[in-house]
Amino acid sequence: MASIWEYANPKKFIATTDRLLPWVSVLAVAALVGGLIWGFFFTPDDYKQGSTVKIIYLHVPAALMAINIWIMMLVASLVWIVRRHHVSALAARAAAPVGAMMTVIALVTGAIWGQPMWGTWWEWDPRLTSFLILFLFYLGYMALWAAIENDDTAADLTSILCLVGSVFALLSRYAVNFWNQGLHQGASLSMDKEEHVADVFYYPLLLCIAGFILLFIALVFLRTQTEIRARRMRALLARERLGQ
Amino acid sequence: MIALLSRDLRLAVRAGGGFGLGLAFFLIVVVLVPFGVGPQSALLAKIAAGILWLGALLACLLSLDRIFALDWEDGSLDLLATAPVPMEAAVTIKALAHWLTTGLPLVMAAPVFGLLLNLPAAGYGPMVISLLLGTPALSVIGTFGAALTVGIKRGGLLLSLLVLPLYVPTLIFGAEVARRGAEGMDYSTPMLMLAGITCGAIALLPFASAAVLRVNLR
Repeated sequence: MASIWEYANPKKFIATTDRLLPWVSVLAVAALVGGLIWGFFFTPDDYKQGSTVKIIYLHVPAALMAINIWIMMLVASLVWIVRRHHVSALAARAAAPVGAMMTVIALVTGAIWGQPMWGTWWEWDPRLTSFLILFLFYLGYMALWAAIENDDTAADLTSILCLVGSVFALLSRYAVNFWNQGLHQGASLSMDKEEHVADVFYYPLLLCIAGFILLFIALVFLRTQTEIRARRMRALLARERLGQ
Repeated sequence: MIALLSRDLRLAVRAGGGFGLGLAFFLIVVVLVPFGVGPQSALLAKIAAGILWLGALLACLLSLDRIFALDWEDGSLDLLATAPVPMEAAVTIKALAHWLTTGLPLVMAAPVFGLLLNLPAAGYGPMVISLLLGTPALSVIGTFGAALTVGIKRGGLLLSLLVLPLYVPTLIFGAEVARRGAEGMDYSTPMLMLAGITCGAIALLPFASAAVLRVNLR
């Protein structure tokens, strides 16, 4: 009986991910390099935006991942709270810095695009604002992990913070929408919607998104493995000290 | 529970530093703003509502680590955990005590500080209503943050980092009520949203705070 929970065994997790990691990494690099080269050099310029349109190959996948990584952390936190599998908590911890970086990439590429297009680096647009808030949530989550010494306590507290934070992040998303209505029209970012992107842009974009997802999986595998090994090493050292 | 509430209130009033500190901080924020943005009364009138909300929020934040820190240090938190009162109730009482000693004085002081910032006459009612509705949410959310960081030495900065993003929805709707009120617009929609957030936070967050506190006391 193969069950997904078998992979909660750290040993099994490491064995499996060790086998998968090279493949995932190679595929991630291939998809990213292929998608970006295709996107940057072999797609036409937009008739209105010129070549700046090509930043979507970084911006959209990063933004997508920034949100989905938080959702993955939420699921992993729930698994930790309910079933108390250490790998789950460690995976959530491993994903957080990657998610924070994705948020930064999305914000920075957005700013670089926004400067020539909107004439401003930053606008208090609902989407931009909620991403900034999401970034703050990532920061708080990581800071709490770093601040607590006991591993299990840290896993418990950050999991609950992730649950509560998710509710408030969602609430902030809609609150921000509401807040900006009264001030000015939110800038339209309908580029995100697939039907607004022509096929020439759409397929390389898909490839880039696949590359970002694979990259994320590879990074989380790697970081979780590192955490498991570091923890095992600490345990071994502690045992050795006791034995002497 | 009543005993716990009256104990917390007495401690806050008599221990010094807790009760008046938030108010004094609020006053200082309000006084500093005109130095920062200039004394033009038209400009001040425009931003008064937002400044009052921000000041109240920061003053609330300042006093959060006192909710559990002293009880944690002298061990009375462990006694509280083993008491017949459920942890959820104890946490709620703690939040209520925090609101009575910090939130309520801020609400009462806000109109006076509004004078300093040249708040338009129409804005006083909505200002007080929004703070009255919103500050309980600030206390409850803050109690959650304080419970999270109670075991951490020098957790004050971390507490701010954790709690401030959680304050965003409350601040948005609260300040919106006050702003719309000051401009003479209809403010019922944000007011209802604000009340909803407060009710939801009071109903749900004590469970999270209690769970977190149990982990910390383990």
